[in-house]
Amino acid sequence: MNNKMLNLLLLGLALVAPLALYPVFLMKALCFALFACAFNLLLGFAGLLSFGHAVFLGTGAYVTGYLMVTYGLTPEVGILAGVGASALLGFIYGTLAVKREGIYFAMVTLALAQLAFFFYLQAPFTGGEDGLQGVPRGKLFGLVDLSDNLNMYYFVLAIFIAGFGLIRRTVHSPFGQVMKAIRENEPRAISLGYKVNQYKLLAFVLSATLAGLAGSTKALVFQLASLNDVHWFMSGEVVLMTLLGGMGTLWGPVLGAGTIIAIQNVLASGPLANYIHVIMGIVFVLCVLAFRNGLVGELQKLIRKNFN
Amino acid sequence: MATLFDINLFALSGQLLIGLINGSFYALLALGLAIIFGLLKIINFSHGALYMLGAFSAWIGLEYLQLNYWWALVLVPLGIGVFGILLERTLIRPIAHEDHLYSLLLTFGIALILQGLFTHWFGSSGLPYAIPEELQGGTRLPFMYLPNYRAWIIMFSLVVCAGTWYLIEKTKLGAYLRAGTENPQLMQAFGINVPLIVTLTYGFGAGLAGLAGVLAAPIYSVAPEMGSNILIVVFAIVVIGGMGSIGGAILTGLAMGVVEGLTKYFYPEASNTVIFLVMVLVLLTKPAGLFGKEA
Amino acid sequence: MNLISKILLASALVASTSAAQANISDGKVKIGVMGDMGGVYAEICGRGCVEAVQMAVDDFGGKVLGSPIEVISADDQNKPDLGSTIARKWIETEQVDVINGSVASSVTGAITKLMTEHEKITLISASASHAFTTKSCSPFNAQWTYDVVAMANGTVKPMVQSGKKKWFFVTADYAFGHALESVATDVIQANGGEVVGAVRAPLGTTDFSSYILQAQSSGADVIALANAGNDMVNSLKTAAEFGVTDMMDIAGLMVFTQNAQALDPAIAGGMKLTIGFYWDMDEQTREWSKRYMARMGGAIPSMIHAGTYSSTMHYLKAVEAAGTDESRAVMAKMKEMPVEDFFSRNGFLRKDGRMVHDMLQVRIKKADERRDGNDIFAIENVIPGKDAYLPLDKGGCDFALSQN
Repeated sequence: MNNKMLNLLLLGLALVAPLALYPVFLMKALCFALFACAFNLLLGFAGLLSFGHAVFLGTGAYVTGYLMVTYGLTPEVGILAGVGASALLGFIYGTLAVKREGIYFAMVTLALAQLAFFFYLQAPFTGGEDGLQGVPRGKLFGLVDLSDNLNMYYFVLAIFIAGFGLIRRTVHSPFGQVMKAIRENEPRAISLGYKVNQYKLLAFVLSATLAGLAGSTKALVFQLASLNDVHWFMSGEVVLMTLLGGMGTLWGPVLGAGTIIAIQNVLASGPLANYIHVIMGIVFVLCVLAFRNGLVGELQKLIRKNFN
Repeated sequence: MATLFDINLFALSGQLLIGLINGSFYALLALGLAIIFGLLKIINFSHGALYMLGAFSAWIGLEYLQLNYWWALVLVPLGIGVFGILLERTLIRPIAHEDHLYSLLLTFGIALILQGLFTHWFGSSGLPYAIPEELQGGTRLPFMYLPNYRAWIIMFSLVVCAGTWYLIEKTKLGAYLRAGTENPQLMQAFGINVPLIVTLTYGFGAGLAGLAGVLAAPIYSVAPEMGSNILIVVFAIVVIGGMGSIGGAILTGLAMGVVEGLTKYFYPEASNTVIFLVMVLVLLTKPAGLFGKEA
Repeated sequence: MNLISKILLASALVASTSAAQANISDGKVKIGVMGDMGGVYAEICGRGCVEAVQMAVDDFGGKVLGSPIEVISADDQNKPDLGSTIARKWIETEQVDVINGSVASSVTGAITKLMTEHEKITLISASASHAFTTKSCSPFNAQWTYDVVAMANGTVKPMVQSGKKKWFFVTADYAFGHALESVATDVIQANGGEVVGAVRAPLGTTDFSSYILQAQSSGADVIALANAGNDMVNSLKTAAEFGVTDMMDIAGLMVFTQNAQALDPAIAGGMKLTIGFYWDMDEQTREWSKRYMARMGGAIPSMIHAGTYSSTMHYLKAVEAAGTDESRAVMAKMKEMPVEDFFSRNGFLRKDGRMVHDMLQVRIKKADERRDGNDIFAIENVIPGKDAYLPLDKGGCDFALSQN
């Protein structure tokens, strides 16, 4: 009951947010929140650290961007194509990566992501360093003009809610329970007869697909796809977002992504612009040293301490 | 001119030699990373920043303290070692027993801070550092001109690598080190100060990175992002060699330098990427790395 | 095409009516300055660009047509997505009238598209790509300072003409490097030279020895470095180390003052290159530069900083002359008035948005020629603007050509 109220309140806030805040900023935060949630599905719930997740974000962005620029697809078709491409890549990379565990899993994903980065750097359709510019936002179902920021915002919000809802259902489903079991005690899960690698692969593909959805949407919002989306720094950034918010919690990545985007936004035009990397570094260090459970994790701890 | 299948053999030998020189840099950096991981299980993402710090220290020494290259070669690794010890004592120690992930993220954060500060203080254009007079000039080989400084790098770093390998694998001190990290309680019971060993090891690894920085200063420009560019490659090398394998890191470092050299000849655009291709192939066929022990 | 003809029609109408009425939108003129505040291009156009714009505003008196002039700045981190987000926010919520700065061509590309969509002027003072006045030109672009064509023309042409016919390229493997290489190749071939080979080095390569070795065995007369920043510095250092500088000429196609200052004179001394401005050229440049240095803690200005000042000043003068900050009217004035100041000599803003002005061919001084650390270049030659830049009819800027 309490939870439902909270969700409704949040939804209400999200609906009126563009009145108070700049819509493009909100859309950016939502895209990254979805990306971080997708990443968290893998790290927080399946215990798999992918150090190359940016590649799925970027694939979604590039494929959607390219198809919309070249063939003038409507946004929903463009996004579907981008998501499909990410899912496919997720399946290929996942098949290779789940054979390895722990730090080696992270290293395989990093190396594979570097190979993909090279492909996007060299492939003529991506525009190299310039990125793929001038992606049209188009008309949703041929009807709703997305070049209007408010229309676009509600479209992005709908996508985010759908993606977030899917993650939530997954986590609470029997499949999600098996994932957690694998995270906690893999040998035990194996001995119970679960085909662990298949579960991991499924989690990987799902995570990649949603990351692709975030990327495709982002490409529409900013009307461009660039190499930053596939760079390993982006993979590091999503780790930071998840960690800061609280990994393994549903809302943590959302809060983490929002915080990081807000910090970047404030810093970019303030007097501390010169120190942006230093400040991000300090956030990293503080997170690891002081609040490893992340914002949401610490909050939950606080609530438990005071109300139980 | 000697040619084989349309490949210029002279040019190829030149590329191989150059690959070996770059490889010795990789070896030196990978060695430090491998020691820190092998003995402490810390994934040190600030290794590149320590390397950058080494190069900058050499530059600052020359510019402000009149310390020449040779002094820098001795003093800077010590200084970076001490800096590493401070880092370990203050920041890394509290999370040493946690998941690898945390040490990786913490050191990544430290690297961001250091790189950001140096960019702010010194700018990003890169600072000049002259090759020491004693090592200027070069030798004309049949297939290429070999600058003396490059020859010096390859010899010096091989000596350092071999010495370190000997120290850890063959001496009593090394045995303590290895045992202390494998079973700290037991070693503690024998009256050996394990935390001290851990600290010194991190300091030593950091010192190696600083040393590589000094070696690099005269040939690469001293710039804040020099560390982050090389780090991820060196990291791949450690993984390919087998994480924690000291000998593996050295040999793989040299080998990857050569592989990269060949790529620069045949397909230069991919020279930054080829190491990751090797990494994928190795991890998929031999998960513990070329020289690592299966867990 | 349709949009463009509409804009042209409108601009003709506005130009004829606007001079009479002084109107400034939102009661102020707001200039947004984009820069790389902490990254690899921070010294090329970071805080220096912001300071240069502020200086222009201060020199102008802080007010135009009675309305205050405001300057805001942001860090684009050389990321096109970040740059376009900031620009969009500036346009939609901050009433920014004009944007200056932004180094990375990718960022500038994203910004100009957005600004054109919103019919606002972009002053391109720091980016090198000539696309902004050719195939991606816009009636709202004004490109100052330099571009890849001017750099290639200024540096390459005299060398080919002096008999250095065979060229080898060490090119940074990204859009900018490719553009520089292709433009320079055209110049070489047009003057009877040939390109005997090229190698594409990934951006941020630390070790260039392998590429230098390939260049050395190519039998070329000149190695052209089609790269910038640290890539340029590192490849030049390597060439010197491997004794290549004694056997072949090295042509740096994109060398900024800051790079030349950072290079060891023993290595770089004697190298010829092209720039759009040198602080120590004459009384006028020195007077301005001293004031700039006083604001920047002694750092000397590069052509980018001077160009940023000059473009801002010209824009403000045009606003005053047009009697409005309405973009089309201002742009019409900018193209009508000559650009003549300490930075720009014989300058004018061409129809396609290219500010054509005299360029300088300079030589990096050897150690014994230098008074102090700021004494970097000796000016060898002044290249008239019309020889330096791509002629209007060769650029292929559609709206500028159809205007005739």
